[in-house]
Amino acid sequence: MDFVINSLPLYWEGALLTIRLTVFGAALAFVLAVVVGTLGTMRNKAARAVAMVYTEVFRGVAALVLLFWFGNSLQEITGFRLETEFAAILALGLNVGAYGAEVVRSSINAVPRAQTEASIALNMTWWRRTRLVVFPQAWAQMLPTFGNLVIELMKATAIVSLIGLTDLTKVADDFRASAVADTFTVYSVALVGYFLFAQVLIVLVRLLERRANRKLGRPTDDSLLGLLRPPSIGTTTGGAR
Amino acid sequence: MEPGNEPLIKFDKVVKKFGDNVVLDGLDLDVNAGERVTLIGPSGSGKTTILRLLMTLEHVNGGTIWVGGKPFSHMYRGDQLVPANEKYLREHRKTIGMVFQQFNLFPNMTVRKNVTEGPVHSLGVPKEEASERAVELLEMVGLADKIDAHPTQLSGGQQQRVAIARALAMRPEILLLDEVTSALDPELVAGVLDVLREIARGTDITMLCVTHEMGFARDVSDRVFMFDAGRIAESGPPEQIFGDPREDRTKSFLKAVLEHE
Amino acid sequence: MVWDMEFTRLLLPALLTGLWVTVQATVLGYALALVLGLVLAIVRRAPVVGAIVFVITEFIRTTPVLVQLVFIFSLSALSDVSPLTIGIVVLGVHYSTYTAEVYRSGIEGVAKGQWEACRALSLPPHRVWGAVVLPQAIRKVIPALGNYLIALFKDTPLLFAISVPEMLSVAKGMGGDHFRYFEAFTLVGAAFLLVAVPSAVVIRRLERRYAAV
Repeated sequence: MDFVINSLPLYWEGALLTIRLTVFGAALAFVLAVVVGTLGTMRNKAARAVAMVYTEVFRGVAALVLLFWFGNSLQEITGFRLETEFAAILALGLNVGAYGAEVVRSSINAVPRAQTEASIALNMTWWRRTRLVVFPQAWAQMLPTFGNLVIELMKATAIVSLIGLTDLTKVADDFRASAVADTFTVYSVALVGYFLFAQVLIVLVRLLERRANRKLGRPTDDSLLGLLRPPSIGTTTGGAR
Repeated sequence: MEPGNEPLIKFDKVVKKFGDNVVLDGLDLDVNAGERVTLIGPSGSGKTTILRLLMTLEHVNGGTIWVGGKPFSHMYRGDQLVPANEKYLREHRKTIGMVFQQFNLFPNMTVRKNVTEGPVHSLGVPKEEASERAVELLEMVGLADKIDAHPTQLSGGQQQRVAIARALAMRPEILLLDEVTSALDPELVAGVLDVLREIARGTDITMLCVTHEMGFARDVSDRVFMFDAGRIAESGPPEQIFGDPREDRTKSFLKAVLEHE
Repeated sequence: MVWDMEFTRLLLPALLTGLWVTVQATVLGYALALVLGLVLAIVRRAPVVGAIVFVITEFIRTTPVLVQLVFIFSLSALSDVSPLTIGIVVLGVHYSTYTAEVYRSGIEGVAKGQWEACRALSLPPHRVWGAVVLPQAIRKVIPALGNYLIALFKDTPLLFAISVPEMLSVAKGMGGDHFRYFEAFTLVGAAFLLVAVPSAVVIRRLERRYAAV
């Protein structure tokens, strides 16, 4: 127990990197998902082709392979060295962004065609229609899956411990290597840390979901317990990994 | 064509196909300014397609649609008529409003936003002015108290009345009504039809209605078109179509509809 | 710098042996995930035990599989269980928490009338599940289950961390030996694409066929 209390500050240091990677990775993934996902809904063939190539390539390659590639291979051919943390954010963001793009695309396509027709009848431009009518409705549908994806991204940040960054996992690895405490305790603390972080993310996404549903005039479950209910997963394509 | 005698809407040999299915086969149709026209006929006969073509939700496969003496489905490039591009359509469909069978209100906006969205952002009407007009229109349809409600909180009949206010907020010259009461519970139909009668009486908007409400068609129309298989089987003033139909198709259709009522 | 063909010729056979390990880990781990997930989905419906199982599966599902791998690997450092076996078990258990969710959604998707009909016919539980509920539930979730096969396959490079000689470990090893990683990692990436892209196409077909939930 003493070990746990004494080592918490060091774990926290590692957790800060985990949090940073999650936040920046999620931000990059979100931007990519919205842009590429929207391209995927366009009638323009070139736009759709770009979207398809991006999603297939970055969904297909494991984040760890991408990370090693950015970390080593890229430098060998271009002579340009990416800063390690930046390479990690890039690998994670590109990977999760590809899943997100699929979610954005299918959610936009799921907005009833009649909504588009009604906005044409009001003579709205493509941009206004997408921004004010289609996207807000698709948004409510994207959020649960985005919640899953952000947790997947958070879990995936652990791979940076394999390229020498000191995140939550690496702190545990180091404690184990230095044998200051038993393996079980050392990793349990890290796992609990990840678990708690995941719960925070779940609650945040739930709050966003409630807001989105309220804006659509849908009933929301406002109980406190409802906040902790994990998003259900599994039935949509490219949902969680 | 002399101005004055020129029809407001003119379908000139319009062809519309969905795959192999020919819905309109060289249709000619004129509607004059201020006229109230009802399109009746069995489902699948092409009535709704006519409205959707006018709203540019569909595009013609042949022939040309003219509105106000100018090409509508097409535009001039030099002196050649070519299919209209998005910019041209946006400029020219401003004068047309539509009410849908399923209302199609935007669920992410309040009633007020639904009604002001078009005027403010497509016509450039100042927000305050649009909002005042929204209040007026909602008063007219009897829903002023619902201005800050969400569409999901309204009954179907109320939603449809908001949708009518939304279409009128665009100050259309032409109003397209696509089976606007078909999705409503029977007890809500009358309220919506009353609003439409009011519009017909109090404005000079050109109206094209697709409807199965024969009583309403008889009351408001100047002319009734009986459609069958993508063609006009018969047209004329309501007294004649309902009182003394000439075509067998019209007779059997009216018989079936009226018996059902 | 250009592509080094010589190195590529050296790499390919080694990567192929790595691929074989990857395939073993994927297939066996997935088999475990499919079976264990189904058990979890059914057990979760029980009153008290179900709640406990739920909390445990949530814990496993929301924490990194990499940490779980290293954790179990370190704990069993003194035993003579092979790293590959540990990898298969940890990946299988981790993914069973996902497949359990998938089965659950499938089971909940079975119409209430089906359960009532079973009651009306006084069917024994094994017939209710085996002949009525699961056949309908699983059919609907086949595409979703397929997605997790691809996901698990894509997580096998993590086995590198516990020194299982799968593709990425092989690539890293050989890259280190030759002071050159470009061809090694690029080929691994290409190999993943070669498997993942066609599988995604197959799953899209399945989705159309089974009309996903």
